[in-house]
Amino acid sequence: MQPANLLPLIGVLIALVFALGYGKSRALAAPLGGIRNLKSLPFYYGARAAIWCGLPALAVLAFWLGFENKIIQTLVIGGLPAELQPDSAGRASLVLSQISNVASGALPPDFVPPGIVAAADRLQGLRADSRLLMTLLVIAVAVLGGFIAWTRIAPYINAREKYEATVQRLLFACAAVAILTTVGIVFSVIFETIRFFGKVPFTEFVFGTSWSPQTAIRADQVGAEGAFGMIPLFVGTLLISAIAMLVAIPVGLLSAIYLAEYASPRARKIIKPLLELLAGVPTVVYGFFAALTVAPFISGLAAAVGLEASSESALAAGLVMGIMIIPFISSLSDDVINAVPQSLRDGSLALGATQSETMIKVIFPAALPGIMGGILLAVSRAIGETMIVVMAAGLAANLTVNPLETVTTVTVQIVTLLVGDQEFDSAKTLAAFALGMMLFIVTLALNVVALRVVRKYREHYD
Amino acid sequence: MTDLNTQAELVRRSLKRRYRKERRFRAYGIVAVGVALLALITLFSDIIGKGYTGFLKTTVTLEVNLDPELMYLDDASDKDALRMADFKAPLLAALRQELPDATTSREDTRALGGLLSGYAANELQDRVAADPSLLGTRQVMTFLAHGNVDVYNKHAGETAYSIKLTPQQQQWVDTLKANNVVNTEFNDILFVHGDSREPANAGVAGAMVGSLLTMLVTLLLSFPIGVSAAIYLEEFAPQNRLTDFIEVNINNLAAVPSIIFGLLGLAVFINLFGMPRSIPFVGGLVLTLMTLPTIIIASRAAIKSVPPSIREAAEGIGASKMQVVMHHVLPLAMPGMLTGSIIGMAQALGETAPLLLIGMVAFIVDVPDGLFDAATVLPVQIFLWAGSPELGFIERASAAIMVLLAFLISMNALAIWLRKRLERRW
Repeated sequence: MQPANLLPLIGVLIALVFALGYGKSRALAAPLGGIRNLKSLPFYYGARAAIWCGLPALAVLAFWLGFENKIIQTLVIGGLPAELQPDSAGRASLVLSQISNVASGALPPDFVPPGIVAAADRLQGLRADSRLLMTLLVIAVAVLGGFIAWTRIAPYINAREKYEATVQRLLFACAAVAILTTVGIVFSVIFETIRFFGKVPFTEFVFGTSWSPQTAIRADQVGAEGAFGMIPLFVGTLLISAIAMLVAIPVGLLSAIYLAEYASPRARKIIKPLLELLAGVPTVVYGFFAALTVAPFISGLAAAVGLEASSESALAAGLVMGIMIIPFISSLSDDVINAVPQSLRDGSLALGATQSETMIKVIFPAALPGIMGGILLAVSRAIGETMIVVMAAGLAANLTVNPLETVTTVTVQIVTLLVGDQEFDSAKTLAAFALGMMLFIVTLALNVVALRVVRKYREHYD
Repeated sequence: MTDLNTQAELVRRSLKRRYRKERRFRAYGIVAVGVALLALITLFSDIIGKGYTGFLKTTVTLEVNLDPELMYLDDASDKDALRMADFKAPLLAALRQELPDATTSREDTRALGGLLSGYAANELQDRVAADPSLLGTRQVMTFLAHGNVDVYNKHAGETAYSIKLTPQQQQWVDTLKANNVVNTEFNDILFVHGDSREPANAGVAGAMVGSLLTMLVTLLLSFPIGVSAAIYLEEFAPQNRLTDFIEVNINNLAAVPSIIFGLLGLAVFINLFGMPRSIPFVGGLVLTLMTLPTIIIASRAAIKSVPPSIREAAEGIGASKMQVVMHHVLPLAMPGMLTGSIIGMAQALGETAPLLLIGMVAFIVDVPDGLFDAATVLPVQIFLWAGSPELGFIERASAAIMVLLAFLISMNALAIWLRKRLERRW
């Protein structure tokens, strides 16, 4: 049975067990003189039985679905005849996709060796067995759990306490997903990164000034080593982020000041949602705008004044990224400016300062830490931004700070190295994980500092 | 006395300069707002200007003579014969009827064939296969024009578009347009077809269904998990290191670049668990992890805004902590939680980068029919089309952007409406 069909079935079972538990507790209570002689309300007896029925079954289902594919794949590969045994992880994934294509009918069996056809049959057989076994096991666990819980319903048991304790544990498990995610991120990049540093020395990666991973495809190629120096990528990333910040900080900050201090309530009511609209536009749309409108415009403009600009200039990507970040900076600054106590503002105005003097000399210094925190968050956003640069910045890793030239960024390289089929043991693929690790560390550090600055500042005025 | 006078004099003299400064500062603010609004307007007008033609298609209406001899087809119910038959011949003959100046030379024949979509012959074959009695009759049928004809029809004379038709073909198309054989219609194909190698035949239906399935997984997982986590952290979590650690994690995850979640999905779901690439289920899992922090933060704010008096009243009449939360706090906080979740879902709907890494960038023609079927999503479809050199795809990418923005704007409008309608001020 497909998991999509199994889920409603489990739902029905849960409802059934709930009803049975509810009914039994009422039936037990009736001879005692009504439900007030039960330790808990009948609802809780039913709910507790339902948890016993549903929770283990769903856990089994999740584990089965999680590990099913991997186990079947290992079995199928292990069952291949010796001459077809893949010698590397890359070959293995190729053979596997061939097998599954034969199994799904996308590839006619006459095109492949008989060993593969046999493996495809085996794959289908194993899949069918696995699904059958899973269905039986899940239903058995659900029924058994429900039955045990049902037999244990008695008037002296405090079902509510037990039910509430379980629910509270479930709530905790949901909160712990955040920890699991972080752990998952760290582990998913750290192993590949360590393997990468086994192939490419750490110092070469961090201090190398040349990046050309594409040369490492074939073993017998000249220069097959490839070059994995990340300096050009980081310079490119910083160049584009700096351009973005040059656009976003003044525009975002000044519009926040204008909206907070000068604009009439009506103007604010119209302009603020419009700025927030900019924040809601997906990055792929900005990428489209940068690649197809801004970049040609800039190279045309540069040609008109006699400069040479690449069609994938850093300037185009940076400008559009700046536009994307404007609402981010303006809404954060707006919050911080509004949080400055009114008494400071009133005091300054009462002394005869103009609004701009109050703003520049009193409110701005008071709000500065918060604004700095917001800017740091925006920088971390710019560094991690992917789609705009994938679409509008280039692939050539030039070590330059000329905004009219093509540069590439960390995120562009991660996407380029990992999109499509890849071998999981080549330095090229592993490099993407090492870059991801660097990106994670840098953005994490920026976020931690920014959050600390913002929080410290908030406490200051609370 | 004189001292005061000079002071007042000093202030008075500096006033003009200070007021000028004030006006300048104010002007900076107006300019900044203007720049931001200008960027917004440019962005939208650019996309609408590029994309509205994506909602139009160019069709060719021909009277086709389904002559058995011309097609080498005697029995339309015979599948093998159908496959061998020549369905191009009747189309070319019909075009020749409309264009008497076209010769039977090889070049002219190829040029004529270049007016119709590459799928026109297949379409004709499908229609005959569906209704074998059509054979031997004359039928008026409408076919898609070739992508180049489409571009010429919509954009002749615009410098941004290069016309790939020969002058002869352009003249033919002009004649056909004058005779109402070539028409411009609403592009229903955009909404019923999946991706295609030919822009005229490409649509966003596959991507839309893919997005829908991915969002379904994301919603079903992230809403309950996010709300539960928020309830735990606000109501039950003891003040200890573990709770602090969870909070730090949530705040950091909210600011981790989305592409990192793609790396996580690739390493954990695809490599570790061996799940297939490009399926909406894995996409939904990755987007769930990405949107969780947003939902948790919004839900916590919603729970916080429920006044303590409600809790105290419930506790006062003997409700347990869990009953207080489930029966009183949660229903009152629900509108705020829903609003936050809709905003989180809108973010997830527009997200592209992590999905690229888990392989949702494949070229997929069929509309997916399940959570475990290879699929792509709207933003990725836009990315794929935007990278194509063919102009027909660019305008369809713009059209797809408009579809995506329409979804996003309606989701956000729904969130605002919900907030206005249901949220209570205490």
